[in-house]
This record gives sequence, structure tokens and C-alpha cells, in this order.
Amino acid sequence: MADLINLIEGWITNLLLGWGASEELTLFLLQALGSVLVVIICFLIVIALIWVERKLAGRIQDRFGPNRAGPFGIFQSFADIIKIFTKEYVTPKGAEKGAFNIAPVLAMASVLAIWAVFPFAINVIGADVHVGVLYIVAVSAFGILAILMAGWSSNNRYALLGASRSVAMLISYEIPMVVSLLVPVLLAHSMKLSVIVKAQQPWWYLLVAPTAALIYLISSMAEIGKAPFDLLEAESELVAGYHTEYSGMKFGMFYVAEFLHQFTVGALITIFFLGGWGGPLAMRWPILGVIYFYGKSFLVYLVISWIRLSLPRIRIDAMLDLNWKFLIPVSFVNLVAVAVADRVMLELDLATWMYVGVMFAVNIFILLASLFLAGKSKPVVEREKFPPRPVAVPPGTES
Amino acid sequence: MSIPLNWFLVVAAGLFCIGLYGVLSRRNAIGILMGIELMLNAVNINLIAFWRYLDPARLTGQVFAVFVFAVAAAEVAVGLALVIAIYRNRDTVVVEEIDLLKE
Amino acid sequence: MLVSVLVFVFASLVTLGAAVAVVTNKNILHSAFYLILAFVGVAAIYVMLEAPFIAMVQVLVYIGAIAILIVFAIMLTRRLMSKDMDQKNAQWIPSALGSLTLFVVLGWIVYTAGWPAQEGAMPAEPISQLGQDLLTTYLVPFEIASVLLLAALVGAILIGRERETRSAE
Repeated sequence: MADLINLIEGWITNLLLGWGASEELTLFLLQALGSVLVVIICFLIVIALIWVERKLAGRIQDRFGPNRAGPFGIFQSFADIIKIFTKEYVTPKGAEKGAFNIAPVLAMASVLAIWAVFPFAINVIGADVHVGVLYIVAVSAFGILAILMAGWSSNNRYALLGASRSVAMLISYEIPMVVSLLVPVLLAHSMKLSVIVKAQQPWWYLLVAPTAALIYLISSMAEIGKAPFDLLEAESELVAGYHTEYSGMKFGMFYVAEFLHQFTVGALITIFFLGGWGGPLAMRWPILGVIYFYGKSFLVYLVISWIRLSLPRIRIDAMLDLNWKFLIPVSFVNLVAVAVADRVMLELDLATWMYVGVMFAVNIFILLASLFLAGKSKPVVEREKFPPRPVAVPPGTES
Repeated sequence: MSIPLNWFLVVAAGLFCIGLYGVLSRRNAIGILMGIELMLNAVNINLIAFWRYLDPARLTGQVFAVFVFAVAAAEVAVGLALVIAIYRNRDTVVVEEIDLLKE
Repeated sequence: MLVSVLVFVFASLVTLGAAVAVVTNKNILHSAFYLILAFVGVAAIYVMLEAPFIAMVQVLVYIGAIAILIVFAIMLTRRLMSKDMDQKNAQWIPSALGSLTLFVVLGWIVYTAGWPAQEGAMPAEPISQLGQDLLTTYLVPFEIASVLLLAALVGAILIGRERETRSAE
């Protein structure tokens, strides 16, 4: 009973072998079943998340959120799905048909492909590749490509502008993201995700490397392209950015990919910094590990939503400044400091709790020092200061 | 290792020759750069294939492939910067029209 | 056995087909997208050669950086290279013949050469071994490569940025 998933797996294996299927075929069928299961769970989560997100946004912004379809409006997402499925596909004149149709599929695939390598529990692992971290970074390159293709093929200025903005942002924010990912890799001495998660029991890397976790959170929020980094679809400037011309399910795929990407970032932060499937009794009952994994991912998702619902959009030059002048230098300094500290303490052979304490102190020191230095630096461009102007002026007082 | 080494080498040779044709026949400078990228890829296939089939114990082939990646990235960055600069000054990316030194 | 042969044939046909499209397509932006397909095919060939690290770096560097840079450059210079313009220069027939001849010669060499037999087995941890090698045996080339990348970065910015002095003239 302890290991439900492997129990079912063993049962299916025996069943198929009993029917006379060859061993290779059985393995193939099981892997196919596993991937389909992961993808279906992803889609179900997205349906739930859209409702949670809208309800949460409503509460934070002092509104009700969806409240008509079903109790608390929980059937709102299903109504939306039915609506979006029945909508007409519009392909604009002069659009490049091939690229226009491939782009939403690529956007969806680039997010779903990340799930292929996740360790869901101690013995429920997707493809446990040696280069897991590199795989995750490489696959997200296809997401950038999808945005570029969508923006260019729509034959629309707003779409192209949104796409080129977003590519500039995504490429530059990939640097601090990858550098901060190197910290868990360095601490675990492996790029295998299952090893990274195992190395975090019981000391999560959030405690060992808080600065890297923070930088990763900020830069991957930029990667998702949600507020405060939603310049790629700034409604007031660019209509809807790269997916302006999409309709029906093609738009739906971008939409779902965006939501799923946010949840995927939650899962990635869980794996790299929050101990993955780790938790009380997860070693004995792996099914608990799966629940912990999804639960932690959901918590991180809520934190990201909270941040994005509380902050306004930042200007494009401020966004690039934040990356090039703050995040990248800090992430490099942090990487070097963690590497040196790790090596020195391995030589000294300290107790684990001391190791964690020193690491935490080093990280917090770097974070505070960089924030102090950033606060002292003057902005390069002095913005013009206009006197405050009242919106409504009483009649007769106008100058 | 069911596939013989020759097959990989033939694919690499084919890729190299296609890239060479692209370099020689394109008028667009960016097209020429794309041909060079194909040729570099062909070289990398050869390096990895020789490493895997002849000397897998030492990772020299992979190390060289990594250096080729670095060189390719540097090359494309400088090459595209040149293309953009020329486009800005001379309003063209056609290599035959970039003939200031001939005149 | 058979599956790997099929996968290899499929991957190499996709790679070569996409490469042909890269060099012959009239629309240069389509060529760039075919170039990405060719890079994916090459990555698949690396996976078949049991070099997953190289395959991932291939996707990361070639698709994530180089291909996107190329697409950007094409978009910036698109106005002048419209679809109706001839993309081939005058010497395309001799260069096609030359490339074909080179391919025949290379193929002949590949098939007649007697390659030496395999020596030794793969190391147990190829990726960490690669890291060790890069920082011990190949330290100097590694450092030179990083200097090269830095020089290319600085050079590209210097060449590519708009000159303020020109507008002041």
C-alpha cells in the first residue's frame, strides 16, 4: 500500500506481459501512459488554476471574481473552455500560414516538455537524464522561438513589436536565471534533478542559497512575462502583444501555456530550492511525496500571483536596467561566493548545521550589500519632474 | 552501436557540402552566415562521431565540440554586428554590392 | 536495433532536407526557420551518439541564441531582401557542382578508409569527466575561448551600435 504508483505500474506490467506483449512494448506503453497522465494532470491543474487565479485577483482587487456559474463560480472555466472551442479561427490577411499555426503548438510544447524530467517522488521520476538542468534551460528556448514566430507571422505591427520586446526581455533574463540555477547544481554536484532533490533532504536550498532562490524567482517571473514584467502584452501600448491576431483555440493554447508556465516555474522552484517531494514521511510513502510536490508548486504559484497582482508594470528601460545592472552582477558574485564557501567548508569538514548557517549568512550578506550599493547608485537618466497636476480643476480657476 | 560510423560521416559530409553550397551561392550576407553554421555543425557531428566510435575513453572530441560552439557563437555575434553596421551605412546586405575596396 | 536505424535515418533525412531548404529557399526568413529544424536534427544525431550534454548545448546555443539572433538580423534588414529578389548569385551552378564533387570525394574517402577499432569504454560519468578535462588538460584553450567570447561581445557591441559622431557631423 505504501507505494501506490509503482504498485499500479507493476500490476499493468504483469497484465500486459500476461497478454503476451513483449517486454519492450510493455515498457513503451507504460512510458506513453505515464506521459499522457502527466500531461492530463497538467491540463486539469490549469483549469483549476484559472478559476483560483481569477478568484484571487478579484479578492486582492476588492472585487468578487467569477461567481455566477456554479457555487463560487467554479464552473466558469468550463464555460470558458466550451466558448473558446466553438470560436472561429481567424487567420489575418498576409499572415505566414505555416509559422502562424505552428507557433501556439510550439509555445504549449515548450512548457509541457519541461515536465518530462521532473522527479515527482523518490521513485516516481520522469526521464532521469544526466543533463536535467540543461534540458530545462534548453527546452525553454523553444518558447522564445514560438513568441518570435507568432509575432512575425501575424503580419501585424503590434504583434511584431510585442514579440521583439519580449525576446529582448526573455534572452536577457535567461542569464541571471541560468547563473542562479548553477548554485543548486554546484551544491548538489550534479545536474540530475533527482540527485538535486535528494541532496536537499532535510536542508532545503532555500536556506542554503536564499539569494539564488530570490534571483531565480525574479528572473523566472520575467520569463513567464506576467506583471510586473508584462511588457510583452502591455494592453495599453500593444493591444495584446504577440498573440493579438490569434483567436479560438489557438489563442487558448497561448493562454493555457502561460498559466501552465507559471505553475511550471512553481514546480521548478520547488525542485531547486524547496526540496521537491521532500517532507515528513515522504521517504516511506512516496505517494505523499507527489502530494507535497504539487502542493509546494501550488504555494509558489500563489506567491507569484500575489506579487504580480500587487505590482504595477515597470518601464522597459527600468526592466532592462534591473537585469543588466543588478541581477546579473549579483548572481555572478553570489555564484563565486557560494563556490568558494562550499569548497572551504568541505575542506574544514564542518557539521551540516554550521555549513547551512554559514552559507545562509554569506548569501544574506551578499544580498544586503548589493541592495545597499544599488540604493547608493544614481539613475543614469534623470527624469523630468513635472509639478503635480490635479485631474479635475474647478471652473473659473484655470489659468 | 548498431549504426556504422560511416553513416554518421556521410551525413556530416552531406551537411558540410550543403553548407558550402550555401556559402558560395547566397547573395545575402545573412544567408552566407547560415551556410557557415551548417558547416560548423557538420564538423561537430564528425568530432562527436569519431569520439564515440574510436576513442570514447578520452573526451577530446566532446571538448573540441564545446570549443566549436564557443567559436560559432562568437562568429555569429560579430558577423551579424558587421551585417547590421554595413546595412546601416550602405543600405544593403547583398555581398556583391559591398565593394568599397574595389573602387 | 531496427528502431535505432529508423530513428537515425529519419533524423538525418530531416537534417539534410532542412539544410537543403536553408540554402535554396527564396524567403530568407523561411531559411532561418529551416535552419532551426536542421539544428534540432543535429541535436537528435548527438543524442544517438550518446552525447546528451552536447545535444543540450546544441539546442541551447544554436537555437536559443544563434538562430534567434539570425532571425532578428533578418527582421532588421528585411526591407531590402524581398521575396522577388534573386537570392542566388551568378556562380551558383559551378558552386553546386563543386559542392557535389566534394561530397562524392568525401563519401568515397569515408567508405574506403579503414577506421581503427574502438579503444576503451566510455567513462562512467562523462559529464563530470568533461568538466575535469576542461579545467585540467584543456585549461589554456578553455581560457582562450572565454577571452575570445569576451572579445567578440565587446567587438559586436562596438561595431553594431549607432555612431553618435556621425549624426553630429
